[in-house]
Amino acid sequence: MAKIIVITSGKGGVGKTTTSAAFASGLALRGYRTVVIDFDVGLRNLDLIMGCERRVVYDLINVIQGEAKLQQALIKDKRCENLYVLPTSQTRDKDALTSEGVTAVMDELRTEFDYIVCDSPAGIESGALMALYHADEAIVVTNPEVSSVRDSDRILGILAARSRRAEQGEEPVKEHLLLTRYSPKRVEGGEMLSLQDVKELLRTPLLGVIPESEVILQASNQGIPAIHMENSDVAEAYKDVVARFLGEERPLRFIHPVKVGFFKRLFGG
Amino acid sequence: MSFLDYFLGSRKKTAHVAKDRLKLILAHERDADGPDFLPALQEELLAVIAKYIPVDKENIKVSMERRGDYEVLELNILFPDQH
Repeated sequence: MAKIIVITSGKGGVGKTTTSAAFASGLALRGYRTVVIDFDVGLRNLDLIMGCERRVVYDLINVIQGEAKLQQALIKDKRCENLYVLPTSQTRDKDALTSEGVTAVMDELRTEFDYIVCDSPAGIESGALMALYHADEAIVVTNPEVSSVRDSDRILGILAARSRRAEQGEEPVKEHLLLTRYSPKRVEGGEMLSLQDVKELLRTPLLGVIPESEVILQASNQGIPAIHMENSDVAEAYKDVVARFLGEERPLRFIHPVKVGFFKRLFGG
Repeated sequence: MSFLDYFLGSRKKTAHVAKDRLKLILAHERDADGPDFLPALQEELLAVIAKYIPVDKENIKVSMERRGDYEVLELNILFPDQH
């Protein structure tokens, strides 16, 4: 039986899709059969970040409406053997995503995969609720910034009240905090909330810290999940996140400013 | 930060300001929210109590509040005057 993980945040633009792509790829790299689903109906983007946008024929809504079989809509990732992408539709019809339909798709996927990663849309409307409803675990993506922290708190409240586990009185959704766009230098200067601050405010265990990096844009430009960007902080940080998620001990990295030597500063490099 | 500010230390670190503001607003919003079952609980309590004593809906207040590490469910029932 697959474990269902929602990548959520409330606020837009904090790195949900980047994280979904990297995290799902990371699980697949570790040998787990993984599928990553885009729940952002009308604003499809996971396909671009995964680099499979030209191979989309059928989508989640086609499957829900019976126009295609699930197997026809699943796109095999070109980099990872065990990874599939289920894109969403570009339809403007918000009601296309029905809870019965999503439940049926989840039930079918559950038997085929080890992990189902749900990339939630921003906001707290039906698409976001649908994405988190079936979750066993949640990764709440947060930037060290006031509006993102507040929205994450809101989403944590919704996870505790509106998920399937909450409704059926089961063990609550296991929550993880993922800090992204973290700038150790600005934290040291007192101009950015620290990871300790955010952990304390949101009272949620920290799964990892992804440093602010220009590599993210280079990765999305090319449609390569950030975890494949060799020798980058971001890829290493995402690999740590996946390892911790799988229960391994990994110390936090990239949380202190890099000391640049005098000569390096002078001559670059 | 200007050169002078650096030496005078006249500016409060903005990360502290952010944390303090968030502490207040999050506590406030968590309280305001309360669990989803509160309205239903209020209705059902009213039904049970009304079987024995006539009480107005407005006179039953149910609230949930966090105190440190635990939560307190508070139930206030105002009985009508016996006179």
